[in-house]
Amino acid sequence: MKLRSRAWVLTVVLWVGMSVPVDSATPANSKIIHVLNRLSLGIRPGDIQKVEAMGIDRYIQQQLSPESIPESAALTQQLAQLNTLTMSPVALAQQFRPVGQGQGKQAQQKPNQQFARTTMQQAVEARLLRATESDRQLQESMVDFWFNHFNVFSGKGLTRVWVGAYEQEAIRPHTMGRFRDLLEATARHPAMLFYLDNWQNTDPKSPGARGRFQGLNENYARELLELHTLGVDGGYTQQDVIALAKILTGWGFRRTVQPVAQATDNDNGFYFDAKRHDFSDKVFLGRTIKGSGIAEVEQAFDILAKHPATARRVSYKLAQYFVADQPPKALLDQMAQRFTATDGNIREVLSTLFRSAEFMDSKHYNAKFKTPYQYVVSAYRATGSEMSSPVVVQNVLQQLGMPLFGCQTPDGYKNTQAAWLNPDGMTRRLSFATTFSKLPSQSVNAIQLAQTVGDRFSSQTQQAIASSPPQLRTAIILGSPEFMRR
Amino acid sequence: MHRRQFIQHAGLVTASSLVAVGGHGWFAKTNAQTANPKRLIVVFLRGAADGLNIVVPYKEAAYYENRPKIAIPQPGKAGGALDLDGQFGLHPALTDLMPLWNAKQLAFVPACGSPDATRSHFDAQDYMESGTPGTKSTQEGWMNRLLASLNTGRNPIQAINVGNTTPRILTGKMPVATLASGRTADNPLPIDRPQVAAAFDRLYDRNDTLGQVYKESREARQALMSDLATEMKAANNGAQSANGFVRDAQRLAKIMVRDNRVQLAFLAIGGWDTHVNQGASQGQFARNLQQLGKGLIALQQGLGAGFNDTTILVMSEFGRTVKENGNGGTDHGHGNVMWAMGGKVRGGIYGNWRGLAANQLYQGRDVPVTTDFRDVVSSVLTRYVGLTDSKLNQVFPNYKPKQTVNLV
Repeated sequence: MKLRSRAWVLTVVLWVGMSVPVDSATPANSKIIHVLNRLSLGIRPGDIQKVEAMGIDRYIQQQLSPESIPESAALTQQLAQLNTLTMSPVALAQQFRPVGQGQGKQAQQKPNQQFARTTMQQAVEARLLRATESDRQLQESMVDFWFNHFNVFSGKGLTRVWVGAYEQEAIRPHTMGRFRDLLEATARHPAMLFYLDNWQNTDPKSPGARGRFQGLNENYARELLELHTLGVDGGYTQQDVIALAKILTGWGFRRTVQPVAQATDNDNGFYFDAKRHDFSDKVFLGRTIKGSGIAEVEQAFDILAKHPATARRVSYKLAQYFVADQPPKALLDQMAQRFTATDGNIREVLSTLFRSAEFMDSKHYNAKFKTPYQYVVSAYRATGSEMSSPVVVQNVLQQLGMPLFGCQTPDGYKNTQAAWLNPDGMTRRLSFATTFSKLPSQSVNAIQLAQTVGDRFSSQTQQAIASSPPQLRTAIILGSPEFMRR
Repeated sequence: MHRRQFIQHAGLVTASSLVAVGGHGWFAKTNAQTANPKRLIVVFLRGAADGLNIVVPYKEAAYYENRPKIAIPQPGKAGGALDLDGQFGLHPALTDLMPLWNAKQLAFVPACGSPDATRSHFDAQDYMESGTPGTKSTQEGWMNRLLASLNTGRNPIQAINVGNTTPRILTGKMPVATLASGRTADNPLPIDRPQVAAAFDRLYDRNDTLGQVYKESREARQALMSDLATEMKAANNGAQSANGFVRDAQRLAKIMVRDNRVQLAFLAIGGWDTHVNQGASQGQFARNLQQLGKGLIALQQGLGAGFNDTTILVMSEFGRTVKENGNGGTDHGHGNVMWAMGGKVRGGIYGNWRGLAANQLYQGRDVPVTTDFRDVVSSVLTRYVGLTDSKLNQVFPNYKPKQTVNLV
């Protein structure tokens, strides 16, 4: 309490024009700010005090167990109103484009498009509501992280109505669980099977090879190795890509609910078509996998999930997201070891990361450039604003080049400064900051805002704030170099 | 942005290419650039335009057999194609382009496209924009790599994207200016207001990375806004088209005329995925084509004398099936026609046309790709822009052109 009132006095003194070059943040305080900046999607009013009271260790521990953090009734209620969020992929596909409906039936096309729009809007709204309102902030960061790691793109056909379900079913339940489960969940989801074309992947010599199911499609197999597991330098060859593609033949989905006897995965829609599968034996990464059908993928995934290259790649990407664009090597080694020792337990790997000396090194404080998503969400959080219109926010993200579910390429959005710092992005961030701070719904007090985010501004930023007209001060804070970073 | 470029830029900045004016603005001193830069504009037809109905092989019986509902009649007949060379005819909706053809400033390369077999719009556009068909992991678009290889130093508006998001083709390390599309495009942003700008100028008056990027962003923005202000005055005199693409083309041309720092530009026009009710000489495809033609003419006329130093390439991710489908439309195919126009273009029909006989078609159904789109672009870049082979290799890595297309 004492600390805060002193900071407040200092702020007022500075803003009336006395440029006293004093860092108002105490060392203890800056460590808390760092932890909040990295684990969460932005500091909210009262967050710093909350962590001060409970201690950094307990905060990290709690965030690593999101199920232990109660969700507010208001948020739960808002989410409950989004009816497409709980629909299965089969139900979504049925409503979007009923099986048997030709392309020429234009009368039906309008409602279909409307349904697709609604589904997409609800997926966006759900994500943004949770990102801004949920106290399970590490969970929300991890959803952002894993969605991009296992990216699917809403602009491609049926994926449009499935992105929300994909996030709900394949990503959210496994963000801090076993990597092997995450791999399996994404592989069995129709959104992924459609997006990377594996639903058409067929043994050309199989009895089921006809029509559009003519032959091998390497698309998903390649990205599985290159992006989802081993990484491009992970030691696999073109022959391994082909072997994995053959192992994955017949993995697809159905758009109608199957009778129980035939159903392989309830109404998720996943379907293994044995008639299109290549039953020959395969050599994959030096191991022989006997032709046996659906179980071949399980063997291949076991190999991939336990592979040291996967441990290294996942560790690298996590450390890049949470620590630095070029993460410290010593940390990567610790994380990869932990990954291997715990059979890919993501919670354990994260725990190693957050408790490391490298993560806490003060040279990383306020050094990661925010992605547009992190930037916009953090502005809402810092001002304690409600996400009134997800459409408006999605438009802002679009202008900033990072619409939700809008990354075309399977590698997902980057989170580095090199990817996001460019002149046009700067113009638009500052324009967003200015417009946002003037919305009638945001009764943002600049002094309050400065304190919320820790009041750790350089003397130049402080002078820029002080010398600006009062109605622009909130915009200057949100547009400051300090707020661009986390 | 890469550190290396950054240091280069920083050096130029401290050499005072930027001066603060009135304490609240950054203005560029006029750069001593080449008076007439070799300019390249790429127009992308998103959705796979039906090239067979753009440049019509009207001498071939197979064309009419495959397209009973949607074929364009032969020249001379009602709604007939406009004869180009006795073998091909232009869709009548493109009649505005005939003067350019007659002046030998318009060229077509039928059976052109990407060697990758995909019929996915998404993948095919991606490949045509990254310039690396078959490789998805390429980070940058080929126009951004081109920008880097031009190596002309700091110039925040050397490349202009018309649209609201940076397309794949211009994504990359080099800064690209954005000219927003649509009716509200010229609406000022908050940062254009002097008071707001002054406040942010004070905030970012620093020599670190963010400060540099900020200065670049202000420079590009101011250049565009000042070019547009002149353009708007002019627009009040002339009748500006209500049509979106034509309006964008007019605005881009005005900026390029006014500001010779602009060397590359990109525009996209959609609506070509004609699975249903495509129409023939009239109909939805014809209407879209007419709009495209008027936009291209708007560019040519807007550029005026500058057209002599401009090459415009028109491309689309793949072509459509030779045979019309059961819904009076066409489905996803393979080879397509690529267009080039400009003062230095040598008009004519290029490439290798094998006809539409069934045994000549790709997978028995589509126009084959006999000219890689990169061969056309490479020819323009080496013969017209003057890129060396090693620079060309930066634009299209690991690709050696199989042929020179002498259309410039």
